[in-house]
Amino acid sequence: MSASRIDARFASLRAEGRAGMVAFITAGDPVHETSFEILRGLPAAGADIIELGMPFSDPMADGPSIQAAGLQALQNGASQQRTLELVRRFRMQDKDTPVILMGYYNPIYRYGVAQFIADALAAGVDGLIVVDLPPEEDSELCLPALKSGLGFIRLATPTTDDRRLPAVLNNTSGFVYYVSITGITGAASADATAVAQAVTRIRRHSALPVAVGFGIKTAAQVAEVARFADAVVVGSAIVDCIAAARKAGKTSAEIAAGVHEFVAGLAAGVRRKRETA
Amino acid sequence: MTATPPNSFRSGPDAQGHFGIFGGRFAAETLMPLILELEQAYIKAKADPAFHAELDDLLTHYAGRPSPLYFAERLTEHFGGAKIYFKRDELNHTGSHKINNCLGQILLARRMKKGRIIAETGAGQHGVATATVAARFGLPCVIYMGAADIERQQPNVFRMKLLGAEVIPVTSGTATLKDAMNEALRDWVTNVRDTFYIIGTAAGPHPYPMLVRDFQSVIGREAREQMLQREGRLPDSLVACIGGGSNAIGLFHPFLDDPDVAMYGVEAAGKGLETGLHAASIAGGQPGVLHGNRTYLLQNDDGQIIDAHSISAGLDYPGIGPEHAWLHEAGRVKYVSARDDEALAAFQLCTRLEGIIPALEPAHALAYVAKLAPGLPRDHLLCMNMCGRGDKDIFAVARMLGEQLS
Repeated sequence: MSASRIDARFASLRAEGRAGMVAFITAGDPVHETSFEILRGLPAAGADIIELGMPFSDPMADGPSIQAAGLQALQNGASQQRTLELVRRFRMQDKDTPVILMGYYNPIYRYGVAQFIADALAAGVDGLIVVDLPPEEDSELCLPALKSGLGFIRLATPTTDDRRLPAVLNNTSGFVYYVSITGITGAASADATAVAQAVTRIRRHSALPVAVGFGIKTAAQVAEVARFADAVVVGSAIVDCIAAARKAGKTSAEIAAGVHEFVAGLAAGVRRKRETA
Repeated sequence: MTATPPNSFRSGPDAQGHFGIFGGRFAAETLMPLILELEQAYIKAKADPAFHAELDDLLTHYAGRPSPLYFAERLTEHFGGAKIYFKRDELNHTGSHKINNCLGQILLARRMKKGRIIAETGAGQHGVATATVAARFGLPCVIYMGAADIERQQPNVFRMKLLGAEVIPVTSGTATLKDAMNEALRDWVTNVRDTFYIIGTAAGPHPYPMLVRDFQSVIGREAREQMLQREGRLPDSLVACIGGGSNAIGLFHPFLDDPDVAMYGVEAAGKGLETGLHAASIAGGQPGVLHGNRTYLLQNDDGQIIDAHSISAGLDYPGIGPEHAWLHEAGRVKYVSARDDEALAAFQLCTRLEGIIPALEPAHALAYVAKLAPGLPRDHLLCMNMCGRGDKDIFAVARMLGEQLS
């Protein structure tokens, strides 16, 4: 089923002996069709897993880049329905690349939790990352999602101490997303040594793969994190690439091509065989 | 309507921070350990007589409590109905009820050894109160304020700067209170280890709605005692304005289990509920999740938050504290609204008849009193919370009345 698409991808990455590249884009940014063009070319560009941001008017954990992308998408008609439509179309051509929806709870709550889970599964979504649903609120969405076979990926952060980690890792499926900094998306990068230590700490508590994100912007940073993490997430830098191309007046095809080229550059960082830690 | 009322309306929230289905802890993981730590620190402080002694001393000698309960004789005559009392929280140091909460929270910050204070502000009242207590205790302070609000609340912006706070304009979204709160949360998530976020209204993730309510309940406790002393009985009705609802919950809470005391929370109807340009989350919103809690929110069908509108920067927020959402559904408090033009008329009326310049926020409460009082008997005791003074608003009001102040 769908959660196993994530497991299968991490199994094949292990077999290849390398980390995965997770590419984040905001659904509907800058406009719906361009967003689809970008999305459908991501696997070929080297994205092993796709995180699709669900636009929200008040993204409290996001920096200026992803805030602006969400606003841009909403102004151009993005909605939960249309985000799911993007996934549905993507799935018609790609059966293997996991797609994870990332965002905030209110648009899901307003949609109706049961209905959203059903529609997301039907569209081919593999998992959810919901920033404002900590373990304390698991009964809202996490437990119903897991019960239906939709993955729920938890964020662990530098402030999640050893006492709290088990609670955070409980009811997590697919992988653990380690937020490498205390801060918002697109902020300054963390010190790689500290992040490596944190990943080791998480591994003591969980057998799940660990993806690392927040503040990772360049191919060199990707390569560095790929040495110790199971996957590397890049978001704001890709979103910035879209914004720059849009502002330069590029066509939809040109914007998509530019993003794919950028992602290919980032993905080169995970394709090098990992050194043993 | 037929649901059995709870044994007490004053026992919430539960251990998870819920008032019925409202409230909760919808916060990013980065903040969760601190939020849990704050809850523990508050539970400990509440049980510590030294904490209460220090807070009471500050409330008395620094903030100037108790605030008077004033019989508004000429407004009572003017409306020709209920006997109108004002709870004069505008006479507090810094000019509003906000200082009650800020003193409580900064004492918690000190106990938790947090060396930096942040806050959001709409009208600037909470920002001024926060900057004041930060100055008093020598802590650096950053205030997030919507750029649009900075424009309409210049005197308070300057006050905060004089007090040594850094005021950071927020230009995202509609550049008002909700965006300031988003930005304060972004700061907090970035500087969580050394920073204490003094939330100004009875909203946010648990335990904030509870602790803000507790710190503001001094208003209702005093009003209760003062009314008993003046009139020998409890008031018949209470009226307070609602943005997030901290002054209202502070007045209401000590009376919630007195079934004969009617309560009215007055939301800002802006240009009119039918225009969509308002800040009335209960009248015009649906339950949703924002800023750490589930409550009534102005939102569209897709769950995107809709911008609020009000003449009053302090009420210009698309949500309401979760305890109010619950009291609404439980039917204990009646939530009503007043438009911009009605508030502006009440502002002028109060100034002329009572010699009290109200803030535009309580002017909304008074605008509803103007509708309610005339139909009530003369022995009906009505207590309205005059939660802020209007000095900060005179430039904005002058503009609306077409006067030029240089």
